[in-house]
Amino acid sequence: MSNQNIYIPYLMRIEKITLEAPGVKTFRLKFENEQDAGTFSFRAGQFGEYSIMGVGESTFCIASSPTRKGYIECTFRQAGKVTSALALAEEGDIVGFRGPYGNTFPMDEWKGKNLLFIAGGIALPPMRCVIWNALDTRENFKDITIVYGAKSVDDLVYKDELMEWRSRPDVKLVTTVDPGGETLDWKGEIGFVPSVLEKTAPSAENTIAIVCGPPIMIKFTFPVLEKLGFTEENIFTTLENRMKCGFGKCGRCNVGEVYVCKDGPVFSYAQLKLLPAEY
Amino acid sequence: MQTENYLIRKPSLEKLFNNLIGSGKTIFAPKAKGKLALFDNVKAYGEITEDYIVTANSAKSVVFPRTEKLFSYHKSKEKTEITDAANSSFPEVILWGTRPCDAAAFIPLTDTFNGDYKDIIFNSRREKVLLLSFSCNKSDDYCFCTSVNSGPGNTSGSDVLFTKLPGGDYLAEVMTPKGQLLVRESIDLFEPKPEEDKDRNLAVVANRFNQKEIQAKLQNLFENPVWDDKSRACLGCGSCAYVCPVCSCFDIQDEAHGNKGTHLRCWDSCGFGLFTLHTSGHNPRETQSARWRQRILHKFLYIPNKSKIAGCVGCGRCSRSCPADINILETLTSL
Repeated sequence: MSNQNIYIPYLMRIEKITLEAPGVKTFRLKFENEQDAGTFSFRAGQFGEYSIMGVGESTFCIASSPTRKGYIECTFRQAGKVTSALALAEEGDIVGFRGPYGNTFPMDEWKGKNLLFIAGGIALPPMRCVIWNALDTRENFKDITIVYGAKSVDDLVYKDELMEWRSRPDVKLVTTVDPGGETLDWKGEIGFVPSVLEKTAPSAENTIAIVCGPPIMIKFTFPVLEKLGFTEENIFTTLENRMKCGFGKCGRCNVGEVYVCKDGPVFSYAQLKLLPAEY
Repeated sequence: MQTENYLIRKPSLEKLFNNLIGSGKTIFAPKAKGKLALFDNVKAYGEITEDYIVTANSAKSVVFPRTEKLFSYHKSKEKTEITDAANSSFPEVILWGTRPCDAAAFIPLTDTFNGDYKDIIFNSRREKVLLLSFSCNKSDDYCFCTSVNSGPGNTSGSDVLFTKLPGGDYLAEVMTPKGQLLVRESIDLFEPKPEEDKDRNLAVVANRFNQKEIQAKLQNLFENPVWDDKSRACLGCGSCAYVCPVCSCFDIQDEAHGNKGTHLRCWDSCGFGLFTLHTSGHNPRETQSARWRQRILHKFLYIPNKSKIAGCVGCGRCSRSCPADINILETLTSL
């Protein structure tokens, strides 16, 4: 990569579009160039710059698992200029992708441990990559628990996969919606993620907690985890900041001295505690 | 390489310029524009001004243009084609009249674009730039090069450094093989080195602070009233970053014309509120004081911690150009 122009994106063809929730779509992307498909690799937690040429680039995680070869997936909410243009794209269209960038979840170090995933709203995508990675190498991990909440039933993403996880005997799935977000036939929990987590009370013994969600959810989830006995080294999250380049040059995603794009996006709560509040 | 010293007489300097122009080189040099001196493309020796402390703009745009094409694309129904801008041919440029601070700035600038990823476009431009600097024989209160390991006669970054001697002739210090080549091509213009002491012919720039001490203090100064105090007048206009020879933060933008377009790298500034704004409306650096803190910490803590050199060369351009009269020295000396 070092002798090439890093800004040139891979050309990706949209193979499949899934409408996940209002304004939220998943793209399955395949490399236009067979050779790129062969050489490309990434690890759980990494991200990239997705683009519509002539409009711009936008930063999202790779939401599919590295164990699923031949394609990558991203899930995004239509919010700004680039995501609005992406949302108009159709199956068969070409988009750009640069990456993978950033560090990864230390999954090799998690072998033999229980995994507890806690996600809120549109923050399930970065975690879905890790969840499927863990499920595809299921023998490496003990209990897998997923606590996932959204504003309303409609806002839950990956509805088919939630059903699949629920039906698996080797996964414990707890879903919740904010009070008022339930439907008449809703069978999950009603309440905010931190309080549902407290009620679920997973054991901290030999367990890694991976948390991803809006800042307010994270803020109230960390104290619950500490109360449950999780140490700050065993809690992981992934940060987001505005990015342009993705590899530590454009100068905007830093939190103190740490670049989210290069030193992150994955941080342990222990690392996070040392950083200034600049995210 | 071992430095080579020569004498070059004033009339020979003009001949050197003419030789370079004659060989088809593009020359950027200080040109008077109203009360300002600006680095600009010059074709004739007479266009160059000698009446400047530093130019208002820096010389960084020859290696890091304000807008740089990264690639262009052409979309059709069947396919998308990309043309890599790194395959373009970049011009040979001579910077004539850079000050030692300007030349020193090329060191952190080159460092930034050469971490894990070596920026191919930046390096292609940088390789073709030759720096012919001139020592400072005057300075003003905004100058503080001596506080950031440089000085009015510092040779770092220059290919050749000329120092004006009392008689009007120049001492030429040849610092690099590139400079050597230039001298060899016009060797008849150069004479054996003068006996004159270089230092006696330089401007005096007072030492204003100890950079190592500043770096140590900043380590624990994230939450401090000084940021708010010193940034209250800031308009967030970004001119400090635009005139800075070291600032290299950038934005990436697309410019589309129908089904064709270009992908561009453009100067940006940590002083702009939009710089870190998330699409959600959340902004990690919500206030102008948080942005001023970022500017100071980046230059005097983050860059030195990483590269052992400061992200500032003490040229004082940011303070001279600030419409709200914010002086970086005032912040640094009040920590």
